[in-house]
Amino acid sequence: MTTATLAGAEANPRRRLKVLASQEALLAIAVIGLAIAVGLYNPRFLAARNLSDVLLGNAYIAVAAVGMSMVIVSGNIDISVGALIGVLATISGTLAVNGAPIVVAWLAALVAGVLVMALQGVIIAYLRIPAIVVTLGMLSILKGGLISVTGGKWITDLPHSFHLADIELFGVLPFPVFLMIVVTILAALWMRYSASGRAIYAVGGNAEAARLCGISQPRTIVMVFALHGFFAGAAALLYATQLRVIQSTVPPNLELTIITASVVGGVSILGGVGTVIGSTLAAVLIAEIASALVFTDVSPYWIRAVQGVLILVTVIADILRRRRMAGA
Amino acid sequence: MTTHPHGEAPATPLLSVRAIEKSFPGVRALSGVSFDAASGEVHALLGENGAGKSTLIKIVSGVFPPDRGEVLVNGKPVDLARPDDARRAGVATIYQELLLFPELTVAENIFMGHAPRAGLRRIDWRAMHDKTNALLASLEIHDLEADRIVGSLSVGNRQRVEILRALSQDARILIMDEPTAALTEYDVTRLFDIVRKLKARGVAVIYISHRLDEIFAIADRVTVLRDGAHVATKPVTETDAAGLVQLMVGRRIESLFPKITVPIGKPVLEVKDLERRPLTRNVSLTVRAGEIVGLAGLVGSGRSELAQTIFGVTPADAGEIRIAGQKVDIRSPARARSLGVAYVPEDRGTQGLVRPMTVRENFSLAALGKVAFGGFIDRGAERKLAGDGVKRFAVKASSLEQIAGKLSGGNQQKIVLGKWLANGPKLLILDEPTRGIDVGAKAEIHRLMGELAAQGLAILMISSELPEVLGMSDRVLVMREGRIVAEFAREQATQESIGAAMMGSHENAEKVA
Repeated sequence: MTTATLAGAEANPRRRLKVLASQEALLAIAVIGLAIAVGLYNPRFLAARNLSDVLLGNAYIAVAAVGMSMVIVSGNIDISVGALIGVLATISGTLAVNGAPIVVAWLAALVAGVLVMALQGVIIAYLRIPAIVVTLGMLSILKGGLISVTGGKWITDLPHSFHLADIELFGVLPFPVFLMIVVTILAALWMRYSASGRAIYAVGGNAEAARLCGISQPRTIVMVFALHGFFAGAAALLYATQLRVIQSTVPPNLELTIITASVVGGVSILGGVGTVIGSTLAAVLIAEIASALVFTDVSPYWIRAVQGVLILVTVIADILRRRRMAGA
Repeated sequence: MTTHPHGEAPATPLLSVRAIEKSFPGVRALSGVSFDAASGEVHALLGENGAGKSTLIKIVSGVFPPDRGEVLVNGKPVDLARPDDARRAGVATIYQELLLFPELTVAENIFMGHAPRAGLRRIDWRAMHDKTNALLASLEIHDLEADRIVGSLSVGNRQRVEILRALSQDARILIMDEPTAALTEYDVTRLFDIVRKLKARGVAVIYISHRLDEIFAIADRVTVLRDGAHVATKPVTETDAAGLVQLMVGRRIESLFPKITVPIGKPVLEVKDLERRPLTRNVSLTVRAGEIVGLAGLVGSGRSELAQTIFGVTPADAGEIRIAGQKVDIRSPARARSLGVAYVPEDRGTQGLVRPMTVRENFSLAALGKVAFGGFIDRGAERKLAGDGVKRFAVKASSLEQIAGKLSGGNQQKIVLGKWLANGPKLLILDEPTRGIDVGAKAEIHRLMGELAAQGLAILMISSELPEVLGMSDRVLVMREGRIVAEFAREQATQESIGAAMMGSHENAEKVA
């Protein structure tokens, strides 16, 4: 009887509807719907140049949100990532300006990102200190350290070859957008199909059950933070190379925008649920809304408020969903 | 059921509960229970785990309303929709886990929510202090000061703070849920002194405890519940320990438990002098292939702790574990798993199931090594593994992709069980395998246990339900205070003998080789 029920469910049209109701599908519909709506109001919004700029300027947020999503799925949070991206950009830029081979400058950001995040992962996982506290401490250290070391001086005269963001693949596809898409797809596949990816969901969904299944919670958390550091490094390179200068300060509220992308993308703040496809789509949607405000003559300062509304709506929906589940 | 031929209930009892019924999804918790308590009486409430004691006291304390029936205080019906209603009706409950604010002082804890006020509704600290001292003096407590921080107090003293808190609200009916569970002997004596003082003041005390000697020491009457029904109410002078145990465990149909007789094989698990203080003390036991060994004991007797020590969650400090004859050192669940040990925990909500994951993902979680190749999961193999489990365990789910947290308790338990069997274990440790699930799912799990034993699996089953222990086990071990205190062969085990060993009425708990 049970098998019959199972077979029936595969072909059930309601199942297909459910897929459409997923967070990822809703976001994709929102991204396209908003583009059409704003395009009708102001056709210039749809110009290839604008759409490309929107993606180009925000790809680094999506890349960082991939790592952030993994961290949140594992049941943790990281508020130091914005500061870290500032620091990594400065490290990379300083090396490049001082004549280090460009590849070394790039690699330095990735390696330093992994090291800093892995260290935080170790403190969180093995000393069992809440992630919010550890990363708050790191946020202060990085922020204070950066401004003290650089004295707030901008890095200029970056070598031309340093600018990753200038590369265009096939003459049309800007490298940051390419990287955003590739990173998202690879990370999504890894989280969905690998045993380690599954471990992240298990640890975030029920750490105790995961432990009894022989999944090491500390090792999983350190792995997640190390990966998150790698993506933060990649994000820092995109961020550092899209302008001619590096400001050597921490981009204000960057971590909040990244967390917003994850949360709006359907990653549950309680852990155990969410995908990086969702967070990337959410990052695109947020960037699109910011641009749409400009094209519809609304003050761009509204973007923060809009982000806030998005977060609240998503989190409330998530909590209600969980409560329904707990009640069943 | 409202009359108790043996009980001398006065004309108007202080508290009277009439024909209470309460059901939870899939479980009938109380079916027409009546109960009363008179002023100045200590009335003990007795029953196995799951007999309905907690549900009854929660209804009287306003945690949730009954489906049917009524509660009367001083002969007048009261509507106890919320805990606050119960408090106003003069009911105070002291739960096992004390509900105090550890960072605050004794006085602040006692008067939390009803602090004496001075002008402008500000807290009158002086009055609060004085009232606290008056309460302390009234119970002749001299080693507790009003301004001590509660977090620094012993468990016994914290309990006294809870009692004072109840008195500060003029509670006339005091419910104590296993108050001595965590107390030292000295504290128990002091608690009894206080209970006698409360009696003298006319407070009705409803006393829940598994310790029969305490009931005879302090209670006037005792009411026994079983399976949510009222069994008997008697003055303690008209009964004895054996009589109470018999009333508690009662009789149930043995045919519910399809124990198949299978040939018993070689020892799979041998434990010798295992130590992990405080709740695993010098434990030795053997479980053989094809054998189901029941581990009986009261909640807190150390059964789950023993299981977790064998499984490597809390590795042993001393002693020896052999799996299939090989001496092993199990320092982690991962190691236990690789040795062929499976553990289905008691609390499937927090320990067994990853609720946001799908049925498929939960099934494969403990056996990822079997379906993953080069670190990547083979979806086909995984789906087959989960599909087989669903079929074998008759899990009722709409699809393999259904979220596990949305299933009923029985189906969740089947997944937790099936998850472990996917790994092909040699030894299966089941901790309360059928707690809180409906009768149908229960029978299904018992049937499976029989089948698994027939296939040569060694099963160690922890259960607080004596009929289950008796019905399913080839052998029964009884634990008390971290030790194995008795062992019975299937033919020798009776509810009375096991019950007596659990409770520590030693005359019946002879160790049988």
